[in-house]
Amino acid sequence: MARKEYAFYPGCSSQKGASASNYLTSVESMCNTLDIKMTEIPDWNCCGASVSYAESGELPRTAMNARNFALAESNLPGQDIVATCAACWLGSRESKERLEHNSGLLADTQTALKEAGLQIKVIPEIRHMVEVLIEDLGYDELKKPVKKPLNGMKFAGYVGCQTNRPFGINGESFENPMYLDKLIETVGGEAVPYDQKVTCCGGALAFSEPEKAQAQIKDIIEAAYDGGAEMIVTPCPLCQANVEVYQGQINKKYGTKFDIPVLYYSQLMTLAYGGTAKQAALDGNVVRARKLEEFAGK
Amino acid sequence: MSDLNQTMAARYQNNFLKEIEEQAEMGEWVKMCMQCGLCSGSCPTNFQAGWDHPPQEIFMMIRAGKRDEVLKSNSMWMCTSCYNCYVRCPRKVPVTHVMHGIAEYAYRIGQSPKNQPTQHLSKTFWDNCTKTGRVNEVKLTQSLYFKDGIGAGIKKAMEMQAVALGLVKAKRLNPLEAIGIAHKCKDIKGIQAMLAKANELEAQRKAEKAKA
Repeated sequence: MARKEYAFYPGCSSQKGASASNYLTSVESMCNTLDIKMTEIPDWNCCGASVSYAESGELPRTAMNARNFALAESNLPGQDIVATCAACWLGSRESKERLEHNSGLLADTQTALKEAGLQIKVIPEIRHMVEVLIEDLGYDELKKPVKKPLNGMKFAGYVGCQTNRPFGINGESFENPMYLDKLIETVGGEAVPYDQKVTCCGGALAFSEPEKAQAQIKDIIEAAYDGGAEMIVTPCPLCQANVEVYQGQINKKYGTKFDIPVLYYSQLMTLAYGGTAKQAALDGNVVRARKLEEFAGK
Repeated sequence: MSDLNQTMAARYQNNFLKEIEEQAEMGEWVKMCMQCGLCSGSCPTNFQAGWDHPPQEIFMMIRAGKRDEVLKSNSMWMCTSCYNCYVRCPRKVPVTHVMHGIAEYAYRIGQSPKNQPTQHLSKTFWDNCTKTGRVNEVKLTQSLYFKDGIGAGIKKAMEMQAVALGLVKAKRLNPLEAIGIAHKCKDIKGIQAMLAKANELEAQRKAEKAKA
């Protein structure tokens, strides 16, 4: 039996061929080393994300999340739900909170769920992957399997919004959370100080209001460079994609020369645990992390 | 004016605050605002050009009965859901959710701005993810590019070509999703039935509130 077992909620972006497929691959490698068993919630569905507010309505949105709770609870009883995506985690937690505080909403949700042959009995705890790492294992345990510390490498830990607000990681401040810096240090890297750690990347507005979002992304990347970072690290799939893939467009518009890799914490951990470039899914980075590719080859 | 809008405007006469409190999700929080401005100062979009009013202003305008100006403004649609305002508000107003609630209400009664890009995204995203239970990222992107017609869509797609190719190369974008070869839930039928019931009950709730 594995050391820890969880009901895994990967979310739409963390599927094969989707925009955060490299997150999925590296999380699997990392969990393998840490002896964490993640069992996918059978037939899980989308959380609705934050941006669907105009069309979804409270009840349909809650029902979508409740379906995942019911599937997790009936198929993987007693296991916490673990999301790797910030939006999935937030959407699920918001729904859980509303269901637990609003009996009318719960009753209506049960009626809707019944149409899919499901029912909520107990709503499992909803955790983010970094909560599992920090709270269930702890930094000392995370350090033990480190075979190849990322010595001398400088990272800007970009926490962003939705793993930080409104719920956040227990014991961390909204304005200057330290857990990502600590994770970087745990695997031997250096977390540089910089002033845009919790700035919003624009979220879904990167699609609908690209100029506004890209102005925010530019500030984040600039601050990371100013802090002396060689790479950016994040726990959120949308932060990762937004800060990475628009660098070319930003360069064109602002005359900057951005070319900074944006990684997931799970990619760093996989490499530090002795994993290959493939296990860390470095081939999934659009801005290639050459330094880490070389490091993985050694 | 849409029927629902007329009904609401007639019912609440000069009491727009009451209308928002009763009709918009989380609208009951508006009166808690003490106009400190922390939300406006915390909003990432507030530092960009092109939006009408930050949350603090919207809240005051609601109290002042500026019905048209509020419902037709683009402000609520500028929310990135970063939750900065939400965690910083000294009165614990869930500003993010209030803004979403006002946006949804304006949209529902046909008063929100037409062709607003984030409103389009909001609707498209929900339609996309509920169709098969999971997001089809390629179709989502396509429908956003082509919202203003074929010509504008092709132009936009050309602009984004380098971004898309980078993602394809990194195996993070699967062109086959465009023709529906994509991740989806197995029990689509169950999901559709569940959502149909949820929508029915949601419509009932809202109709009851509108009648009350």
